[in-house]
Amino acid sequence: MEIPYTVSPRPDTGLFNAKVGIWLFLASEVMLFGALFSSYILLRVGATAWPHGLLNVPIGTFNTAVLITSSITMVLAWANMKMGNPGRSRLYLGITVLCGFAFLGVKSKEYYDKFVHYEVRLVDGTVMDGHIKPSPDFKINKFKAESGTIVVEAENVLKANPGESMADAKDRLPAKERYHHGHEEREVKASDIRWISNYTPKHSPYFAIYFTLTGLHALHVFGGMIVLGYFWFQNRTMGRTQTERYTNRLEVGGLFWHFVDLVWIFLFPVLYLL
Amino acid sequence: MSAHSHDDVRKHLKLYIGVFLALLVGTAITVYAWTWHFESVAVTVTVALFIACIKAFLVAGYFMHLMSERKTIYAILLTTVFFFAGLMYLTVWSRDEMPRGTYWHDHGPHSAKQRIGH
Repeated sequence: MEIPYTVSPRPDTGLFNAKVGIWLFLASEVMLFGALFSSYILLRVGATAWPHGLLNVPIGTFNTAVLITSSITMVLAWANMKMGNPGRSRLYLGITVLCGFAFLGVKSKEYYDKFVHYEVRLVDGTVMDGHIKPSPDFKINKFKAESGTIVVEAENVLKANPGESMADAKDRLPAKERYHHGHEEREVKASDIRWISNYTPKHSPYFAIYFTLTGLHALHVFGGMIVLGYFWFQNRTMGRTQTERYTNRLEVGGLFWHFVDLVWIFLFPVLYLL
Repeated sequence: MSAHSHDDVRKHLKLYIGVFLALLVGTAITVYAWTWHFESVAVTVTVALFIACIKAFLVAGYFMHLMSERKTIYAILLTTVFFFAGLMYLTVWSRDEMPRGTYWHDHGPHSAKQRIGH
């Protein structure tokens, strides 16, 4: 059975069916990410303080540039099919998928850096963040240190009121002074630690929404790479025998890929800069 | 762009490259503006989202060809914009109903329950 309107436009919509389908899908995606942005806004306005400077801006900027580059190569892959250059189209499509790999690779490194980064709040009100070197008997149960010692290689050290977080302490500072507050290496006993957590979703609503939004976005990048990778292989078969149908597939895949780029355009300032 | 001829596409290549460069410049401006560290959160959010909206317009308008699409696509998008705007309206409308203290501390004297007076 032949699938109707894969090449020729449907008389009532004026479009091939897959294009209407992908736009309907993207409409649902707008609402999915919209709901999460809404959650972000509500978490943020409900927060007593919101963390600043916990993500690496140069790395985030690099990843933004990678996704923008992948968008132009995606357009060029489609345009070259339109102009009758399937070989060049395949090259650009390959670069697009490689950009996806680069984006996910950098994102994984960012995630790892957060997993090994700790915020430590001491009984005397001092708050620190950085990497830790735990003694062999050091144990954490939920947010409490139970035994042993750690050496904190702190990137920030601030004096807060007992029970307050690093974000609370920084929130009292002028905007320009919220970023770095001196390196210091300090040995701390478990009994002096009031609260300890690495930068995972349990740390705070900020990291919960950060990992949810960027994790969902990364899944979209991964899904897009699978589809575009499949099209890359199809270039030498369908791309040469059913050129118009294959070009329409590229257009539909490209629309999804650009949407993923579009979401990141908002995620980057919202999570890294604001 | 629903019916692209070979010549149309060839003519648009320079435009696509221009949009790509504009997006890179937009990213650089976003990061540069961030280094100003405005004291006002409202100003920071406005500047960042204004630049993001321009970049989003470029991606949607040119890379996704929304500058010259069929009415069916515009109808789908108009419906989406309506519901998205409704969602954001509800979000902003309900923001004052949020209990303060969603940034939890350490289960100590600053619990959210105490802060909202329960």
